[in-house]
Amino acid sequence: MSIDNPVAGQPHHDHADDAHGHGHSSEEAHGTRKDYIIGFVLSVILTAVPFGLVMSGIITDTRVTAGIVMVFALVQIVVHMIYFLHMNSKSENGWTLMALIFTIIVVTICLAGSLWVMFHMNANMMPGMASGDMSGM
Amino acid sequence: MFYETDEHHHDAGGSTMLGFWLYLMSDCLIFAMLFASYGVFGGSYAGGPQPHEIFELPLVALNTSMLLLSSITYGFAMLAMNDGKVRAVQGWLAITGLFGLAFLCIELYEFANLIHEGAGPQRSAFLSSFFTLVGTHGLHVTFGLIWLVTLMVQVGRKGLIAANQRRLQCLSLFWHFLDVIWIGVFTFVYLLGVLR
Repeated sequence: MSIDNPVAGQPHHDHADDAHGHGHSSEEAHGTRKDYIIGFVLSVILTAVPFGLVMSGIITDTRVTAGIVMVFALVQIVVHMIYFLHMNSKSENGWTLMALIFTIIVVTICLAGSLWVMFHMNANMMPGMASGDMSGM
Repeated sequence: MFYETDEHHHDAGGSTMLGFWLYLMSDCLIFAMLFASYGVFGGSYAGGPQPHEIFELPLVALNTSMLLLSSITYGFAMLAMNDGKVRAVQGWLAITGLFGLAFLCIELYEFANLIHEGAGPQRSAFLSSFFTLVGTHGLHVTFGLIWLVTLMVQVGRKGLIAANQRRLQCLSLFWHFLDVIWIGVFTFVYLLGVLR
């Protein structure tokens, strides 16, 4: 996430800039060709497997399939974060990582809270639906 | 804008990337709300069609591959940018744009099909939340495409100046971020929906 990479045919002022000490320059900030290819191959596998599982229906227990699919999605999100978005603890002095962690916390509260509250509303307020309408979740 | 001094320029650039990341995180919260509402309403069919009756996984798989391919081609555009190759940057951006456009066309085809079958956004809470979530993602891709074409023109006119590099990096974050959101969409909405 650094903008300090020198480019041919352009005034070279990186040394002056480094002296200011912004602390967001890093050689690996953009990732390398190898990074992108590793990320791409991993995400193709991580996408193909869940689609294959669901479309073929190899595993008869849908809850097991659902669990595997969700784990694959979480892993793939992490893969994208590392190989495509180049997340690391160093970029912008760690502020991007802090913002990301904060966001994950809020997202978790928001998703888990909404589902939990609505499940209990359905379970407690609708007669004859004691098992809850959200059984499919 | 084009007459800034170097120092000023770099200061602005330094905070731009962090600021843009913060914008993306706020965007992430918008999507979290839409995912939450889909999670809450996704089971309310109102007697209408259910996910496994209307979702076509082969189409979604095709769509997903378009977005994945556009991610790596954008990556190659960034690598070309680091090497200072203007033509290569524009070429990879064009290929990325075509994959993005293919994604959008497939999505619009899916939407049109659903509405034609009577499974439009007005049919049930499930379909309302589905169209809102997937449509918002599609809108993001649309704006990303407009941005991408704009940058191709900018790079063509000014070359790979520092400002254009910064813009390309912002769009890189935006484009890969949309891919991350799509992982959530194809898992949570399509795959788990069909399993339901």
